[in-house]
Amino acid sequence: MQSFPVLSLTIFLPLIGVLFILLVRGNDETSARNARYTALWTSIATFIVSIFLWINFDIGTADFQFVEKHQWVPAYQIYYHLGVDGISMLFVLLSTALTPLCVLASWKVIKERVREYMIAFLILETMMVGTFSSLDFLLFYVFFEGSLIPMFIIIGVWGGGRRVYSAFKFFLFTLTGSVLLLVALMTIHFQAGTTDIPTLLNFDIPAEMQPWLWIAFFASFAVKMPMWPVHTWLPDAHVEAPTAGSVILAGVLLKMGGYGFLRFSLPMLPLASEQFTPLIYTLSVIAIIYTSLVALAQEDMKKLIAYSSVAHMGFVTIGIFTSTVYGIQGGIFQMLSHGVISAALFLCVGVVYDRMHTREISRYGGLIERMPKYAVVFMIFMLGAVGLPGTGGFIGEFLVLLGAFQVNTWVALLATSGIVLGAAYMLFMYRRVIFGQLERADLKGIMDLEPREIVIFAPLIILVLWMGLWPQPFLQVMDASVLNLMQNYQDALGSLDVTGLSNR
Amino acid sequence: MDILTDIKLIWPELCIALSAMSLLMIGAFKGDNSTKTITWMSICVMGIACLLVILGPETPSLAFNNLFVVDQFSNYSKVLILIGATLTLIFALPFNLREGIPQFEFPILLLFAVLGMMMMVSANDLIALYLGIELQSLSLYVLAAIRRDSIKSAEAGLKYFVLGALSSGILLYGMTMVYGFSGATGFNELELAFSDGVANNQLIGVTVGVIFILCALAFKVSAVPFHMWTPDVYEGAPTPITAFFSIAPKIAAMLLLARVLLEPFGGLFVQWQQVICFIAIASMTFGAFAAINQTNIKRLMAYSSIGHMGFVLVGLAAGTLAGLQAVLLYLTVYLFMNVGTFACILAMKRDDRMVEEINQLAGYSRTNPRMTIALTIFMFSMAGIPPLAGFFGKYFVFKAAIDAELYTLTVIGLLASVVSAFYYLRIVKLMYFDEAMDEFDKSIGKEISLITVGMSIVTAFFIIILWPVLDNAAIAASSIFL
Repeated sequence: MQSFPVLSLTIFLPLIGVLFILLVRGNDETSARNARYTALWTSIATFIVSIFLWINFDIGTADFQFVEKHQWVPAYQIYYHLGVDGISMLFVLLSTALTPLCVLASWKVIKERVREYMIAFLILETMMVGTFSSLDFLLFYVFFEGSLIPMFIIIGVWGGGRRVYSAFKFFLFTLTGSVLLLVALMTIHFQAGTTDIPTLLNFDIPAEMQPWLWIAFFASFAVKMPMWPVHTWLPDAHVEAPTAGSVILAGVLLKMGGYGFLRFSLPMLPLASEQFTPLIYTLSVIAIIYTSLVALAQEDMKKLIAYSSVAHMGFVTIGIFTSTVYGIQGGIFQMLSHGVISAALFLCVGVVYDRMHTREISRYGGLIERMPKYAVVFMIFMLGAVGLPGTGGFIGEFLVLLGAFQVNTWVALLATSGIVLGAAYMLFMYRRVIFGQLERADLKGIMDLEPREIVIFAPLIILVLWMGLWPQPFLQVMDASVLNLMQNYQDALGSLDVTGLSNR
Repeated sequence: MDILTDIKLIWPELCIALSAMSLLMIGAFKGDNSTKTITWMSICVMGIACLLVILGPETPSLAFNNLFVVDQFSNYSKVLILIGATLTLIFALPFNLREGIPQFEFPILLLFAVLGMMMMVSANDLIALYLGIELQSLSLYVLAAIRRDSIKSAEAGLKYFVLGALSSGILLYGMTMVYGFSGATGFNELELAFSDGVANNQLIGVTVGVIFILCALAFKVSAVPFHMWTPDVYEGAPTPITAFFSIAPKIAAMLLLARVLLEPFGGLFVQWQQVICFIAIASMTFGAFAAINQTNIKRLMAYSSIGHMGFVLVGLAAGTLAGLQAVLLYLTVYLFMNVGTFACILAMKRDDRMVEEINQLAGYSRTNPRMTIALTIFMFSMAGIPPLAGFFGKYFVFKAAIDAELYTLTVIGLLASVVSAFYYLRIVKLMYFDEAMDEFDKSIGKEISLITVGMSIVTAFFIIILWPVLDNAAIAASSIFL
């Protein structure tokens, strides 16, 4: 069991990079360059280590793999316990894959305090990977909350005009949700006497406590997700964060909420999850329709994508709480594809923002004349966000809707209307930015993608098409774990019915 | 009992008392230019006392007709007190020499205060408790006013003295009530008397007495509603003294409160639990909201310490072994964070003059990135954000409260911690997000940089030493629950 600690290495390798950056000396110019290269190589090395996870992953079992377990606080049964299963493994890869791209995307844009910037990103990577690979609830919480610190600094220092407001809003919204999660965590710790997740997954939490704990979990994960009506921090944070910050925020941090629902709410509190499913459906449907309408009215590209993220996350929550195999797999797949697509869309916005320093849709137009490569790249991701068959976005939404249709046709119907609206606002934005006449004088000199940017986009394009055309490698990783999750969920509900009948 | 066996138990106290008196004689003959020597000798004395405490007896032992107790709990407390006092004295020295506080009495008064605190945490009788508190308080009153030419400092000393005397009076009154209704002052006798409930005709008198004692001790830990002196005294006193006030006396008084409530008055748990719950909620929320509008960093630290004491009281309100263990852990973490923060505050000076306005920290990250990282670590830790030390303090305190099914208290407390996160974040925001002001002095002295670096490393990587600290706290706490 105790073989090579590959997960620990993935988690803490970025911190070694931080150490090197801290030791870098020299004048501003050289130290900035060294910091950039150190961050890039560290994050690439981390990614390579994490690929090892996928290669050696055994898709036949629902058990946790690459497990590491050490005593941490024995008196309280708290462990340093790591491991991944089919649900979490791909999120680890998503985090490690996006970080080097973020470093590259910030290569030229970030000119001030480069060292601090790179340190913040590497620490953030540690926190993200740690969140997805923790098998101890307290350890999970430490990483989950710890990600707030670097993100707060990233938005606040390198953000746009209202960065202070946005950074505070982001931090305080998330923290408020999280302290309620902390209360639930303490209660479970008290009830079960341990914070070890595999133990907790087999622990029956008393039925009368489940609704309260569920609400506390919900407070945290719904804010993180974000679900309507607690999504308001997201557009602010996205708009003000630097491009790479938005990428990580949309690509990975939002997924922590969905992952939390999958790892904690559903398997640990099955009775309450069943009970609250209508609430989730309602909020998700509202999120899909309402935020899509709001997105239609946006004048700011980043804000538009931010609202579309809320809508897409609505699909994820519907999928998870359909508690069907299709729905859950679709939810996970949707999170992964959204992680790639929205990250890429924010990078697309970053490309023109770096050149023109504005995100106003009306300030652009006719870019296809000067930037044909950019137009192609943008189109691929835009269509991915719309959910065109052949892109990753389609598979996720399709599976979710399939799952939803099995349990509740109305939800499926209303959610589908969101896809139509999504196509509307995305195509509308694309038309206004890329097509039309190139009229503005300052756009006449705009340059097409440079090699560095092509290097950033190429892997993302491959991923989106791969996920759309051949999703099997991704889905088969999840299969065993999702089936196991479903099995336990149905068993828990079934046992309730039996006792219910005998009482009658 | 043989007097020699008694003396063996009080080696650390004896060491401090005798050295303080001899240092006083040296100072009296050599005058103010011996301050530096005396300070360093005091630091050594406290180091030796700390060693003696650690090497002291492992099993609980009583001395002087059960007035004095030495157990793992008192040892743990004394180590915390001595570490806090030593570190503050180390960074006080350059400050005092620079700011014109050359009096050699400074380290000696501090030694006497420490002696008083060590007596407090070792008290096993209401009379011994009172003696310890008075020895500590009288030294602290003088220390608050030690800068004789500053009106603010004098005001701080006077205010502290008047209100402190009032609280001592309340304490004595409470003690007489308890004595009158139970006929004993020794903790062991009181514990025995209350162990299987109190007779109805005694109950009211004893309860009133306990509440009075509790109020007086709440004054010493500056818990709401007995906190009014704290911001003024913190602001007026010289900064190293403020640091000292916020650390050692708080720890000593809190641990004394824990012993008094859990040992002699453990049988009256039902009576005092709700009072402690109220004080905890009031301190946490008041500390969080009142700090938001502060502009002076020392006043802000005063409100922050009020809030922290509220969190510690949550652990006490649980009244369990786990609760006491959490209290000890929290106070340990609090010690590291506060020493570090005050070291950072002492580094805030421009043209050799102290700067206390929070706004002056704007853009600090550009002028002094290292200090900024340290102060950021302390601020996030105080806000209770993992993986820093403050989070674990809060986690175990509230975990104990949950175990005792104090759900309302926990939820209110954690929401208050979100509010308090706001003003800690404000400092981080000023340092990182805002444009730079005039630079602070580059030279901050090697004592301060060493302490800052050390404390920030401890705070940042506390996650690694959590287990050993918690283990020691468990051993210390279990000696109260024998």
